[in-house]
Amino acid sequence: MSEPATNLENLVAEAVGTASAASSSALNDDSAVAVNSQLNRPLYQSRIKVQPKLVHGTFRRIKWLVMALTLSVYYVTPFIRWNRGPGMPDQAVLLDFPARRFYFFFLEIWPQEFYYVTGLLILAALGLFLATSVAGRVWCGYTCPQTVWTDLFVFVERLFEGDRSARIRLDKEGWSVGKLARKVGKHAVWLLIAILTGGAWVFYFADAPTLAMQMVTFSAPMTAYIFVGLFTATTYTLGGIAREQVCIYMCPWPRIQGAMFDEESLLVSYKDDRGEKRGPHKKGTSWEGRGDCIDCGQCVAACPMGIDIRDGMQLECIQCALCIDACDEIMDKVGRPRGLIGYDTLNNHDRRKAGEPLRFRIIRPRTIVYAAALLIVAAIMVVALASRETLQLAVLRDRNPLFVTLSDGSIRNGYGIKIINKDTAAHVFHVTIEGLEGARLAGLSADEVNPTEIAIGPDALKNVRFYVSLPKDRLSALDHGLAELNFVVTDETGRHTVRETTFRGPDQ
Amino acid sequence: MSTQKHTDEISGVETTGHEWDGIRELNNPLPKWWIYTFYVCILWSLVYWVIFPAWPYLSSGGWKHTAGSYGYTQRGEVSAELQKVAEGRAVFMKQIDAMPIEDIAKNDSLMEVALAGGKATFADNCAPCHGSGAAGGNGFPNLNDDDWLWGGKLADIQTTLTHGIRWEADADTRQNMMPRFLDDKMLTREQINDVAEYVLSLSNKADDAAAATRGSEVFAANCVSCHGADAKGNQELGAPNLTDAIWLYGGDKATIVTTLSHGRGGVMPAWGARLPGSTIKELALYVHSLGGGK
Repeated sequence: MSEPATNLENLVAEAVGTASAASSSALNDDSAVAVNSQLNRPLYQSRIKVQPKLVHGTFRRIKWLVMALTLSVYYVTPFIRWNRGPGMPDQAVLLDFPARRFYFFFLEIWPQEFYYVTGLLILAALGLFLATSVAGRVWCGYTCPQTVWTDLFVFVERLFEGDRSARIRLDKEGWSVGKLARKVGKHAVWLLIAILTGGAWVFYFADAPTLAMQMVTFSAPMTAYIFVGLFTATTYTLGGIAREQVCIYMCPWPRIQGAMFDEESLLVSYKDDRGEKRGPHKKGTSWEGRGDCIDCGQCVAACPMGIDIRDGMQLECIQCALCIDACDEIMDKVGRPRGLIGYDTLNNHDRRKAGEPLRFRIIRPRTIVYAAALLIVAAIMVVALASRETLQLAVLRDRNPLFVTLSDGSIRNGYGIKIINKDTAAHVFHVTIEGLEGARLAGLSADEVNPTEIAIGPDALKNVRFYVSLPKDRLSALDHGLAELNFVVTDETGRHTVRETTFRGPDQ
Repeated sequence: MSTQKHTDEISGVETTGHEWDGIRELNNPLPKWWIYTFYVCILWSLVYWVIFPAWPYLSSGGWKHTAGSYGYTQRGEVSAELQKVAEGRAVFMKQIDAMPIEDIAKNDSLMEVALAGGKATFADNCAPCHGSGAAGGNGFPNLNDDDWLWGGKLADIQTTLTHGIRWEADADTRQNMMPRFLDDKMLTREQINDVAEYVLSLSNKADDAAAATRGSEVFAANCVSCHGADAKGNQELGAPNLTDAIWLYGGDKATIVTTLSHGRGGVMPAWGARLPGSTIKELALYVHSLGGGK
């Protein structure tokens, strides 16, 4: 597995044919050993740093694009404004813990509606299952924050310390002013990114422009600084230092993914049927009787996880597809068709061996089940959101005393009523009762002008007490001292809601 | 237990020497993060000993303990918090103290404080007789209803609370007496029977119309001075309304006869001597808010 550097250089140069320093220097690595390969990993061993090499190609371009997109979404989202009317926050996405509200564009979620967030999480999980069963760990490889930030940190590392071989050389060198400057510069930029990451995080929990101004003038709440510190520490540690170890040792997803794949899932694979038997190849010699893999180790050098894709499917592989680009580059140079490493299915591997035509079955029971579950949950969410009540009423009848006999012999019950106005405008609510003939509604004191009109501000709730009395001659309406009663609340726009409750009196 | 050193062939790690059916335990070092955390905890405990009360020691006065550099105690923390609450409440209590009770009822923020305070005071002092829901019981008035012996206005309730009812230690206590008509030989058993029938007839519950008619004369001679000619009572004197649906001791004939024969005279303590004036105001506002306040 481990070839001396000179060997590798010669190897590639031989294969490419032109032993020009320019073309081979790109491939000049100290070694291309898969440090995380199962074969190279004893039971107890300290981590060997993975030094991924920069590759160029389709998937690297896709990853740059995804990185730009996801980072933009993360940093820009808190600054998007959304007009909700006066007195309401105008931030599109806001988790307002003090006021206990979650704003998401047109959505506003109260604590008791947190099931919407549960629904979102279920959708995310099902989406992940579906994507994984179709095309493997695309989430891990392209969009997972761990992958995106690690990629960004490696990019910064490359700016300061050069590409893989330069970095390996630098790490082996003794300390010098130049090395110190590079290392300090790298860590400084890493820290800056980490601070900005933590900084953007807190913007989701308060008005972003205000908080941003407070942050730089050092007048923000201590909590904000604590959380920025916390996320700075985790970003710096996970993205800069821990990197692939997070995926291999901390993340549960690699353990679960095995249940999502099947023989028809598109997975980043080395086509051993085409590549083997691998070995150095001299330009001009025949490709007969051997595989296309020239064992140049570029797929290993490019791997951010430090594995050898040619060992087959393994837990460590996040399927970032960078080895595809690395291999395609070499295949172009040696004049063999691209795709020795590529998205492949287990069944197609067998079909190729058997000489059968390749098939890609994206629609199959597994994906249908995941897609159906996804659609059902999405439909439930849409219906639930569309029919979300902006006016809610809770009625709690007094239990102590159950009822009160008044001097004229009538029976009175007390009710605690909570009216929740989830609308963004203030409304006046009119309270009435129905369902119990002869029952009268009264507010706390009889001399209030109109005790059944209650004004409630936007996005607020109010607790009111009401008394309902039933005249003596109507007590026969009670069945074993019990009768049904409905409270009806209507606002001036006609919104109305009904809540069932009971009326109690003596059991006659 | 074996004392022989043994090194595992695969990992090259020495084993602990323990062996169970050929299975040996590797003697790997503890993880570094764990060790360092452990050291930090030890250091932290040293700091803790200095700052907080930590070590017991025996002195001539019995067991004592080190006080810690800040003199911190949990009891002290609770006292400080209670002190803070009292200070916070003091602002409102001062206003409640200074303001007439009718004005407090019109002030929303003071009312909120008063009702919360009144509720707690009621549970501590009044619930034993009047019940936690203020629904009362036999001989103990229900404070939720609209019937008041001594008046249901805020000022009336405040006076009743301050001076009590038939509370001898208080010179201004509310005082009246339902006579013991039989025991004191003021009426005969027959007359008592008749007047009881008459009282029942006020609620259309009389069985014997002739007795009720006779009873009306007895009532006019003996009862109207307190209960009034229309038997609707007199809150100035604490005389109950005999025509309504609410009975403190019960509205059946046997109970009315008992009441007439042996008199009644329930006692309510004067709270003015026990609770500060502001607390009594809170209590009056709370009782008034229960649904029967006038």
